[in-house]
Amino acid sequence: MRFERAHNHTWRKIKNALAVGIAFGSGILVITPLGLVFFYLLNNGIGSVNWDFFTKLPAPVGALGGGMANAIVGTLQLLALAGVIGIPVGVLGGVYLAEYGSARLNSFLRFLADVLNGIPSITWGVVVYGLIVLRFKGFSAYAGGLALALIMIPLILRTTEEVILLVPNGYREAALALGVSRWKTIVHIVMKTASKGIITGILLALARIGGETAPLLFTAFGNRFWNHNLSEPIAALPLQVFTYAISPYDDWHRQAWAGALVLVTGVFCVNILVRILTRGRGASVA
Amino acid sequence: MALSTAPAIVRGEPLTAAAAMKRPSRFGDKAFEWLTLAMALTVIVLIVLTGWQLWQGSTLAIKKFGFHFLVTSTWDPVAEQFGALPFIYGTLVSSLIALLIAVPLGIATAAYLTELAPLWIRQPLVSLIEMLAAIPSVILGLWGIFVMIPWLRDYPFPWLRRLFGWTPFFSGSIYGPCMLAGGIIIAIMILPIITSVSREILRSVPDLQREAAYGLGATRWEATRIAVLSYAKKGLFGAVILGLGRALGETMAVTMVIGNTPQIAASLFKPGYTLASVLANEFTEATTDMYLQALFAIGLVLFGITILVNLLAQLLLRTIAKTSATRAVQ
Repeated sequence: MRFERAHNHTWRKIKNALAVGIAFGSGILVITPLGLVFFYLLNNGIGSVNWDFFTKLPAPVGALGGGMANAIVGTLQLLALAGVIGIPVGVLGGVYLAEYGSARLNSFLRFLADVLNGIPSITWGVVVYGLIVLRFKGFSAYAGGLALALIMIPLILRTTEEVILLVPNGYREAALALGVSRWKTIVHIVMKTASKGIITGILLALARIGGETAPLLFTAFGNRFWNHNLSEPIAALPLQVFTYAISPYDDWHRQAWAGALVLVTGVFCVNILVRILTRGRGASVA
Repeated sequence: MALSTAPAIVRGEPLTAAAAMKRPSRFGDKAFEWLTLAMALTVIVLIVLTGWQLWQGSTLAIKKFGFHFLVTSTWDPVAEQFGALPFIYGTLVSSLIALLIAVPLGIATAAYLTELAPLWIRQPLVSLIEMLAAIPSVILGLWGIFVMIPWLRDYPFPWLRRLFGWTPFFSGSIYGPCMLAGGIIIAIMILPIITSVSREILRSVPDLQREAAYGLGATRWEATRIAVLSYAKKGLFGAVILGLGRALGETMAVTMVIGNTPQIAASLFKPGYTLASVLANEFTEATTDMYLQALFAIGLVLFGITILVNLLAQLLLRTIAKTSATRAVQ
């Protein structure tokens, strides 16, 4: 009897160790692709990230060299266009959910925003193609920007709402007690207090759409030259990486790696910035 | 209306003669409330607009092919015969492979992060998983084409064929880009979301559960299994469905590794095609109206499936949030 219990105990300990080991292994497996992607990006891309890459246009087919200057600027232009539409709509919508509305309407809107966040990004490309590209007979930077903005809206809406709800009610009551009108209280006191969090949400949304390719394929379309007119097709870094990656040319593959490295560096810089911003958030709100 | 939505403190309105003399204008308040309401309502507009636009774009195709569009497998733009079955099949099979890989790994990692890991490992591991989530799809696809596929083709695939070649799933010649590669890349893409949502679910399990198990002398693993995982079953299911929604719509990385051939083959070493990838590849090539209509119809199918899956996931996750909140209060 005694022996059996001891044996049973050992077996349970072994099982425990096994389970912890398997769970640890899973954790390692999950982050392995991250390490591998990073290693190969640096290994294959760093050699081609040079002055030409940031300053030159893509070389014609067959010619070696060239860069992705137009695609880098194009991505920034698209982000600006998307931001002009997506940021005000998302932030103000988030303000409504946090400050106004009935509990029932708000939980319904919140629910829809979460559902929208799960809609494949290529869907927005198809929708904007039907709305803008077909109607105005051509691919354009505007169409690309709008497609990206539609992805941003539910993302920013939810993050803005969450950080505004963190602002203590005492702040609102103090302002209202001084006779400040409701909307001024919200803009000058509540949103200002939550501004760090709101900006964090915006930055995360920009980092997310900055890497999006699918919604741009048939809206922004891509361009091998500089875009001088926003109603014309425009280049974007992720689009250029895609085009080069599936091309048959070695020199383009080399540049695809370089483009990918620059893109990932940009996305990660924003994420690190966000981490620095959010580090003190709990303290500043409380 | 304004009174009812205003906080209690202004409800008592003009108390003093001075305040009574100069009533503040309510115009700014009203305007701001309506403005923000309009912005919040865009989420409804977006869903309706998307459904309407996709329907509008595909009416001719729907009229011509009807239900057959979903169950036939000819995709011939030249003869204008369109059937979406190979794409639906490819989407479902690649997502299923992804779930088979990502669900056990994701839930095990979540359990490790909340229950089993030493405290100092937890935060760094969470940060790394967040970084994995931030990698754009197209970059994972690039890595998939030039690193993952050659490796899979040389090592794991021949090994799988030797072991399981007698089943139809792992038989036939190995090309490289294939359904299995597509499933694996989707698994990598959805691992972060499954892990982080599962982690949130496990964290919301009340400590009382764990304390009870440890009080009975359970080991760490026993407490995790009996008191935490089984308690959170429904929420974890919600996390899986949410992952499924992402898997179904994954576009760029899959397009780059799945082989893009509209066929229904039992062997996972054969190339496939998904709804999202056919949109990515053929939308700009649609030369005839009917071709474009058929692609819009594909978009509609994809939108329909993903919206249903996401509705289900959100409903599951919401009921969990509610019940765990009430339980915590009790």
